[in-house]
Amino acid sequence: MFSELDPLLLSRIQFAFTISFHIIFPSFTIGLAAWLVVLEALWLKTGKQIYADISRHWIKIFAISFGMGVVSGVVMSYEFGTNWSELSRRGGNVIGPLLSYEVLTAFFLEAGFLGIMLFGRERVPKAVHFFATCMVALGTAISAFWILSANSWMQTPQGFTVDSEGVLHVADWWQVIFNPSFPYRFTHMVAAAYLTTAFVVGGIGAWYILRDRCVSHGRVMLGMALSLIVWLAPLQLMIGDMHGLNTREYQPAKIAAIEAHWETRRGAPLVLFAWPDTETQSNLYEIAIPKLGSFVLTHEWDGEVRGLKSFPPEDRPNPIIPFFSFRIMVGIGFLMIALGITGAVLWLMGRLYTTRWYLQAMAWSFPIGFIAVLAGWFVAEVGRQPWVVYNVLRTADAVSPVPGGSVLITLLLFFVVYGIIFGAGIYYIAQLVRRGPGEIPPLPDAGEGDPSRRPIAAGGAP
Amino acid sequence: MIASNLDMAQLLPIFLPLVWASILALAVFLYVLLGGYDLGLGVLFPIAPSDRDRDAMMASVSPFWDGNETWLVLGGGGLLAAFPLAYATMLPALYIPIFLMLMGLILRGVAFEFRFKSSRYRWGWDLAFAGGSIVAALMQGLIIGAFVRGFTVENNQFAGGPFDWLSAFSIVTAVAVLSGYVLLSAGWLIMKADEALREWAYGVARYALIAVAVFIAVFSLWTPLLHPEIADRWFSPGNLVMFSPVPLLTAAAVIGLWRGIAKRQRFAPFLWGILIFMLCYTGLAVSLFPYIIPPDITIWEAAAAPKSQLFMLYGAIPLLPIILGYTAYSYYVLWDATEHDTYH
Repeated sequence: MFSELDPLLLSRIQFAFTISFHIIFPSFTIGLAAWLVVLEALWLKTGKQIYADISRHWIKIFAISFGMGVVSGVVMSYEFGTNWSELSRRGGNVIGPLLSYEVLTAFFLEAGFLGIMLFGRERVPKAVHFFATCMVALGTAISAFWILSANSWMQTPQGFTVDSEGVLHVADWWQVIFNPSFPYRFTHMVAAAYLTTAFVVGGIGAWYILRDRCVSHGRVMLGMALSLIVWLAPLQLMIGDMHGLNTREYQPAKIAAIEAHWETRRGAPLVLFAWPDTETQSNLYEIAIPKLGSFVLTHEWDGEVRGLKSFPPEDRPNPIIPFFSFRIMVGIGFLMIALGITGAVLWLMGRLYTTRWYLQAMAWSFPIGFIAVLAGWFVAEVGRQPWVVYNVLRTADAVSPVPGGSVLITLLLFFVVYGIIFGAGIYYIAQLVRRGPGEIPPLPDAGEGDPSRRPIAAGGAP
Repeated sequence: MIASNLDMAQLLPIFLPLVWASILALAVFLYVLLGGYDLGLGVLFPIAPSDRDRDAMMASVSPFWDGNETWLVLGGGGLLAAFPLAYATMLPALYIPIFLMLMGLILRGVAFEFRFKSSRYRWGWDLAFAGGSIVAALMQGLIIGAFVRGFTVENNQFAGGPFDWLSAFSIVTAVAVLSGYVLLSAGWLIMKADEALREWAYGVARYALIAVAVFIAVFSLWTPLLHPEIADRWFSPGNLVMFSPVPLLTAAAVIGLWRGIAKRQRFAPFLWGILIFMLCYTGLAVSLFPYIIPPDITIWEAAAAPKSQLFMLYGAIPLLPIILGYTAYSYYVLWDATEHDTYH
């Protein structure tokens, strides 16, 4: 029975599941680490206790999220070998050094200074603690740099040669690292991470104000989040648009899948909704705006847009996931812009903290960044199929010589293990959020019993 | 100038794999040491004298576990970068133990964060920490055992079955590695714990040392039987003399550790433990060199292109000392931060 299981399909599901789970945490901690730097800087500069309260509270949430990012990230550094050994054998010369540089320049930096950031507040001078917080934040950003460089190279490879055995060799490292899609993908992802964090922080801030608890903290949180969202959400739309133009140049089949365009034409419509039917190679239930598709993709009303039929069937991605994921991502993007502008207007009118419907909208919006990030990655990764290294190595040729049964077992185990730790992580973070900042005595060792009974996990007291 | 360039072009493919094999060997060794005492604490968790001691044990490593584990990530990432063929052959061959190890590491890793937040389900995170640590340690032992035995390779691909890693040899290695980790973590507690827990750790160290000494003797006899090349390496007349310091020093370290326990020394047991690990590791390197997939593929055959190895070396040479520097600083600052510094 196990011999009939398809290791390729199961490995793809496993990789999609484990990396989707993993990306949730970096999406949050990249922005959160940077925000913790800002809070600590404000505290050092102004000496206002409120910044210290907020920072000490969010550092605990950071610790949980970061820990879950670490443990799920270790998995990724082995999965390239366990499940995609042919990618590793043939592409190792190129992607191996990029991933190793991530370990050397980012993971060690984060891990080395995380201990001081979490446990060293009373042991090192304030400046050293601030430096440690900065290094952790810098580590998350450097990590994003390398991993997005590696991913972008697989999407838009250049700067390499292929030898007679099909092994890739680097010709020019600069071209590999700064490959054509890298600048767009990197800025798009970092902006997405900042927005994701801002909506979590702003949403929880709004919730505190609504619940009339920790109101002054909630105001600072909502205010700081909004002052990022109001300009970054529109900027993200522009970055995304430039990323799209770049994709159209280098991965036109992905664009055709995103837009559910089957035919190549000038003045193509913008498909708002449809069910892309791969059997008939056409759209069912299509709702479209004439000519707008060409305008969005080429910035000309009569620009030519390639359809899926212009690609050989074996080189086409299945459009269903890219089409719907893209619409979810962009829809959330517009929602973010609307929430940012509305909030700014209310702020100028002096009614931000008293307009309940807006606070409620912000509170409910806390997870939208995560959804947009996941949707965006589904567009990028499903849309580049059937290639793992675009136009160089097919996903089907990259898989390990491992039986499907083994992959099924580990996939099921991942469902169980990740299910448990995700549930627990959300539960404990929610507990911390409910408790709120500034309600815990700021100093340790207030003489309450045996110190060794006291927890020192970064997340705090039981 | 042209002549020296030519020489470089010939030398680099010989020289670079040696350098990278050394760097990765160092990374894996540091993981075995740091991850070893760290996992060993989890192994000891269920038999610790009291819940209070469990708190102290976990607290003693909370600030460091992430950094300890990063050496394992460098081992994996570095193997892909420096020896892609070895990475691509070994990991499919070790598919099941690698994933079981990773899941063990996941469960024990999150337990650091979750255990102290839970009172009702604390037993669950105790279980996750202990179970995860035990599974991870056993799987690392199985992986080392399977690695020493070697893999079936055809056309630069793993060509064996999904359970090839399972053998009497690898099972014994698994238990041996587990007892080695327990020895290290007992040494760690002897340095860091309060008096009662320390006394308990001396007792643990004594049993662990007996187990480790027996396993070292077993492997010294068993490994040469696996591959005739290994027997030749150790027992040919010239080599017998050249490599004799390894077993002699190991015996000395075992005795030193035993006396350290008897004299209730604070730092000696951990340091002797490090020396024993170092010597076993050296012995393994003597047995296997220059094979990275014994007994077929050498480090030169598995090496990445010189251009890739060189590119990484430019970064690794300045970065590794810096990493070791701030890691040492973190250990220094937080050395005794275990009991008193809850950070909020």
